[in-house]
Amino acid sequence: MTVYGYKLPVMSSLLLWGLLWEIVGQTGWTFFIPPLSEVLVTLFNVIGTAAFQKAMYETAYAFIAGVFFAIVIGVPVGILIGKSRLLDELILPWVNIFLSAPLTALVPVLMVLFGFGMKSIIITTTLFAIWIIILNSRAGVKQINRSLVDMARCFGASPLDAFFKVYLWAAMPEILGGIRIGVIRAVKGVIIGQLLISIVGFGALFELYSNNFMMSHFWAVLIVLFALAFSLSEFLAYLERRVSYYAASR
Amino acid sequence: MSQTNNAFDKAEPIEHESAVSVRNVSKNYGEVEALKDLSLEFPRGQLTSLLGPSGCGKTTLLKIIAGLLEPTSGEIIIEGKKVTGPGPDRSFVFQDFALLPWASVLRNVSFGLELRGVAKSEREAVAERYIKSVGLGGFEHAYPHELSGGMRQRVGLARALSVDAQVLLLDEPFSAVDEQNRRKFQEDMLELVRTENKTFIFVTHSIEEAVYVSDQIAILLPRPSRVSEIIRPTSFRGTGVDNIRRSPEYLDIVDQIWASLRNYVE
Ligand SMILES: Nc1ncnc2c1ncn2[C@@H]1O[C@H](COP(=O)(O)OP(=O)(O)OP(=O)(O)O)[C@@H](O)[C@H]1O
Ligand SMILES: [Mg+2]
Repeated sequence: MTVYGYKLPVMSSLLLWGLLWEIVGQTGWTFFIPPLSEVLVTLFNVIGTAAFQKAMYETAYAFIAGVFFAIVIGVPVGILIGKSRLLDELILPWVNIFLSAPLTALVPVLMVLFGFGMKSIIITTTLFAIWIIILNSRAGVKQINRSLVDMARCFGASPLDAFFKVYLWAAMPEILGGIRIGVIRAVKGVIIGQLLISIVGFGALFELYSNNFMMSHFWAVLIVLFALAFSLSEFLAYLERRVSYYAASR
Repeated sequence: MSQTNNAFDKAEPIEHESAVSVRNVSKNYGEVEALKDLSLEFPRGQLTSLLGPSGCGKTTLLKIIAGLLEPTSGEIIIEGKKVTGPGPDRSFVFQDFALLPWASVLRNVSFGLELRGVAKSEREAVAERYIKSVGLGGFEHAYPHELSGGMRQRVGLARALSVDAQVLLLDEPFSAVDEQNRRKFQEDMLELVRTENKTFIFVTHSIEEAVYVSDQIAILLPRPSRVSEIIRPTSFRGTGVDNIRRSPEYLDIVDQIWASLRNYVE
C-alpha cells in the first residue's frame, strides 16, 4: 500500500482498523465490543492460563491428527482415482458432493457415531480437509506429462516405484496447493467441531466466555485463532512457492 | 528407386540379421486406423529411421515396439521373443526429454538403473560415465531447468544408454533442439551407432537428418498407413562425418525421398 508516495509496510492497514476498533470500544457503544487495548491485555493474561493452554493443546492435537489423516488418505486416493478410470467414476461424484456439502450438518451424526470427544473432532477435521486434497491430487496426476508416465513404464518402474518416484513428485505443486486449502478448511473443521461438541478445547472455552459475557476474553481467543490460521496459510503458501520453481519447467 | 533397391539387394544377409521384427501390425484408435498391416525388419547393430508425414503412425509404431501400446493385431519380435510390454531390452529417448524436473542430472541419468534396483554407488558410477560420454561432464549436479534444450536431450540420451538396452528407440529426439546442436547430435549418433553395437530406431521429420544418420530408411505413408519404400544408403557410410552431405548419393536420396513425400504435405 502506498499513501502520498510513501510505501507503507505490509498489513499497516491493520493498524488503521485496530485504531477504529479501539475508538468504537472506548465509546462504550456496545458491551459486545470492548476496546482493543483491553482485549490485548486480556489476551496476554489468557495465554498464560492453564485452561487456554489445555484448549490450545487439544486443538493442536485434533488439528494435526485430522490433517494427518486427510493427507495420508487424501493424496493416495486422489492419485489413484487420477490414474484409474473406474475408480474415478466410482469415487469422484462423492468427492464433489462432499466438497460442496455443508459438512457442519454432519457433525451431530458423527457425535452419535463416535461419541462426544476427541475422536469426533478429529474426524470432523479430516472431513473438512480431505475432499479438496483428493481433488487437487487427482488434478495433479491428470496433468502429468504423458511422456513422463511412458518414461516410468519404459524403464520398468513397478507401480509402487512409479507412484513414489514419479507421480507423487510430478503432482506435487497441485498436491501442495490442495493441502494448503485443505489445512485452512481443517482449521474451520477443528473449531466448528469443538463448538458443536463444546466440551473440549476452545469449544469449552467459548462456551464459558459467552455464557458469562466475558467479551474481551472471547475476542482475545478469537484473535489468537485468526492469527494462527493466517500464519499457517501464509507459511504453506511460502512452501508452495518454494517447490513450484520447477513446475514451470515441467 | 532402382538404385536404392539395388543397394538393398547387395546387402549381405548375415550382417543384416534382424534384431527387431514388426509383423503385420495394425493399430486402431477407435475409428482411426493409425497402422495397417505393417511389417518391417530392423537390422541388428544399425540405425533405422522411420520417416514420413505427420500422422502416418511413426510414434504409434515406436510405442508399440516399446511395449507402451498394444497393437490391435500383429506382433513384435525382439531377438526371437514376442513383445508383451516394456522390457529391459529396450530403452527410449523422448521428444520432450521426459526428465524428472526435481532430480539432478545424475539422478535422471541413473533413474533407469535405479528402477532396476541397481545399488546407488554402482548406478552412479555408470551414470557418470555416460554423462561424460554425451559431453555433460561437470553438470552432474545441475537440474534440468538449468540446462538448455540440447543439454536436456543429452541427459535423455545418457539415461537411455546407461541401462544398456539392446534396442534404442528415439522419437524425434532432436526436434526440440536448435539447429547447431542438432548437427552435433547427428554426428554423435553416427559415432554411437559405430561404437555401441545397439539397434537404433529413430523417428524423424527431417529428410536430411534421416539420410545423414541412417543405415536404413523406412518411408511411411498414411491413409492407409504403410511402408512405401526402404532405402539403404551405401556409398557414404564410413566416409567420415564431414563428407556425407557432399556425397552425390546423399543428395540423390534426399531428392528422391522429397519426391515421394511432397504429395503428402498439406
Ligand atoms: N491416443 C490417440 N487417440 C486417437 N488417435 C490417435 C492417438 N494417438 C495417435 N492417434 C492418431 O493416429 C495417427 C498416427 O499418430 P502418430 O502420433 O503415431 O503419428 P506420427 O507419425 O507420430 O505423427 P507426427 O509426425 O505428427 O508425430 C494420427 O492420425 C493420430 O491422429
Ligand atoms: Mg510422432
